[in-house]
Amino acid sequence: MSEGAIGTAARPVAAEGTAGFLRRQWPWLLALAIALVVPWFSYDWSTGRHSGFIVSMLSQIGISIIFALSYNMLMGQAGLLSFGHAVFLGLGGYVTAHVLNATKGGSFPLPLELTPLAGALGGLAFAVVLGYFATQQRATAFAMITLGIGELITSCALMFQTFFGGEGGVSTNRMTGHSLFGLGYGAPIQIYYLIVVWTSLSVVGMLLLTRTPLGRMVNATRDNYERAQFVGYDPRMVRFFQFALSGLFAGIAGALYTLTYEIVTYDTVAAPMSANALLMTYIGGVGVFAGPVVGAVLIVLLQSWVSLLSNSWLVYAGVLFILMVTFAPMGLTGLVLMHQPIWRAGRMRRLVGPYLRLLVPALLVVLGFILAVELCSFLTIGAAQGKSFTLSKVTIDPRSAMPWLIAGALLLGGGLWLRGAMRAFGAAWSAVSEDVKRAELRA
Amino acid sequence: MEVLLVSLLNGLVYGMLLFMLASGLTLIFSMMGVLNFAHASMYMLGAYFAYSVSRVIGFWPALVIAPILCGVLGALVEMYALRRVHLNGHIAELLFTVGLAFIIEKGVQMAWGLLPVPYRVPPVLDRALFHVYGSNFHAYRGFMLLISILMFVAIWLLLTRTRIGLVIQAALTHPEMVGALGHNVPRVFTIVFAGGSVLAGLAGVIGGNYLVTEPSMAATMGPIVFVVVVFGGLGSLAGCFLASLIMGLVQTYAVVLDVSFADLLARLGLKVTSATPLAEVLTMPLPRVGALLPYLMLILVLLIKPRGLMGTRDT
Repeated sequence: MSEGAIGTAARPVAAEGTAGFLRRQWPWLLALAIALVVPWFSYDWSTGRHSGFIVSMLSQIGISIIFALSYNMLMGQAGLLSFGHAVFLGLGGYVTAHVLNATKGGSFPLPLELTPLAGALGGLAFAVVLGYFATQQRATAFAMITLGIGELITSCALMFQTFFGGEGGVSTNRMTGHSLFGLGYGAPIQIYYLIVVWTSLSVVGMLLLTRTPLGRMVNATRDNYERAQFVGYDPRMVRFFQFALSGLFAGIAGALYTLTYEIVTYDTVAAPMSANALLMTYIGGVGVFAGPVVGAVLIVLLQSWVSLLSNSWLVYAGVLFILMVTFAPMGLTGLVLMHQPIWRAGRMRRLVGPYLRLLVPALLVVLGFILAVELCSFLTIGAAQGKSFTLSKVTIDPRSAMPWLIAGALLLGGGLWLRGAMRAFGAAWSAVSEDVKRAELRA
Repeated sequence: MEVLLVSLLNGLVYGMLLFMLASGLTLIFSMMGVLNFAHASMYMLGAYFAYSVSRVIGFWPALVIAPILCGVLGALVEMYALRRVHLNGHIAELLFTVGLAFIIEKGVQMAWGLLPVPYRVPPVLDRALFHVYGSNFHAYRGFMLLISILMFVAIWLLLTRTRIGLVIQAALTHPEMVGALGHNVPRVFTIVFAGGSVLAGLAGVIGGNYLVTEPSMAATMGPIVFVVVVFGGLGSLAGCFLASLIMGLVQTYAVVLDVSFADLLARLGLKVTSATPLAEVLTMPLPRVGALLPYLMLILVLLIKPRGLMGTRDT
């Protein structure tokens, strides 16, 4: 798992100056600029309001980025597979909700901008306690303990009224009247910009953490537990610290969740939320720091847009996930980074043709697959909802044979074509990379 | 007394159902190192297949056909996907099964709808078998117990008395050695994965109408089965059996014993009022805490004995 080019190189920063900083960190700055600007594209000047859908989706992206990155602190950087990471998001959220409610009462005038600190402390406190148990074990036993912890806390959340509020959850109100800048935080856009600030801080924090001795030792315990022990560190303590810090950042994500939705329920600690972190991190790529960010953006976009269009977005997410696991275990960013040597050698042009030839059959297969899935889901779920299956004003009847035949033909024909194209692409790819390797040797 | 005896029987029935699921998973997990997250999905598929088949040709053919369908599906998954994913390491395999569980859950929703399906106990068995202190013991529970005991005996015979069973047993503890002796380990993997899926499917067929057949049944059963397997220990079918029964009994008894810590403290002369710290935890009656117990036990066992009750290998 090599360090990516994006921001993780351990070169001295001071010597480079602003130009060097800009050249290396431009993807982050670009992302920040996009985050700041995008809500204004959906601004309705006549009513003076932002599109609720866009702002809520962007807020969700920000929260998910912190959550996925904190998850990758365990999965990618420490090699610890956790099935209960949502616990720290949720508990951070619950703590924040209680703090907000206390603030509202006036006994505790914490400015709203700083409430994520309460979530962070909550996440940290719970991660210290639970991580003490979890990090006693490695590998599968660790995964199982975290699974147990996740289920345990979920059951507790449904059971105990005082802290978790039972099934109804804890609702709160973010308009506490305490603000550093005199803002009311009634409008979602204000919370969104608060999320942008906290997301940026968290991303920078986690990025810097990877360069500390702790970050390096965590990688060492992932790669070789025994040798890390030899160097004189206690690998268990290293993992424990990493676990605690990862809980801290997850707690920040939870706090922002609470501020956005003004309610925390047991969903935030439950298994599907943990699975979300896993999906985002793995699809984005665990080997590169920016991987989970890419994954978070992609999954939230899928979740919010595809789930509007289709009942079965989970099938697409599942299939995408399986394909990634099978063919690209380093995730999307890993796929991109594979092209780096070829790009540097200036040989990308030779891959354009093969890629285009791959694109057509791949699209056919995807179309066939989508058609088949939608037909299936319209027979059962859609029928129950009484919707009709319309595709640009053409109504398709899932009970007739024709659409099924088309889907089958697309899948079969496209699949066969794709197989041939993939073989050709493989040949082209290995030819180009051989070429690059030889050129490097000569240089 | 009456309650205790009836609960003992119910606990045994539930424990044996758990064992059916857990034995397949423990075989797969111990041999291939794959924590198969789709195992409970196979259980769900077994129930749904049985529902569909039993609507057409009745329950008894379904009892045979549905597990076989699951087994075929399991074999296909192992041969065409898992084997390939294995090249990317154990974590990738595990994640693959997580993805598969997603797809199966959604696929079931797409094929059979979101609501529970009316999968019923066959009429022949829908009556009281005998009476214990005035309460009925349902015939279907007796049937479940019978099937699971038959299955237990069958697995035991297969593993100890046949050649393939010996290879599988050897591969549970010494996989490299078995490969070195010239056995076709990949084929053994396929057989074990398919066999595990058959067991899960069978558990689905007989558990689906005892519990409820609905799209979330895999999600409710899945974690418990993991708990059982890890609790019992890797590479040990006996540990798995023991753990299944313990979990079945613990969960059943937790439901009927209406006590709490506060009652316990009251006996010691301490009174818990709403002002006592942690009053809510202390007064929570055991039936409501029942769902927590398996996970508490899992965490405890892993902390004290990382190999589980009777495990032979590290998890």
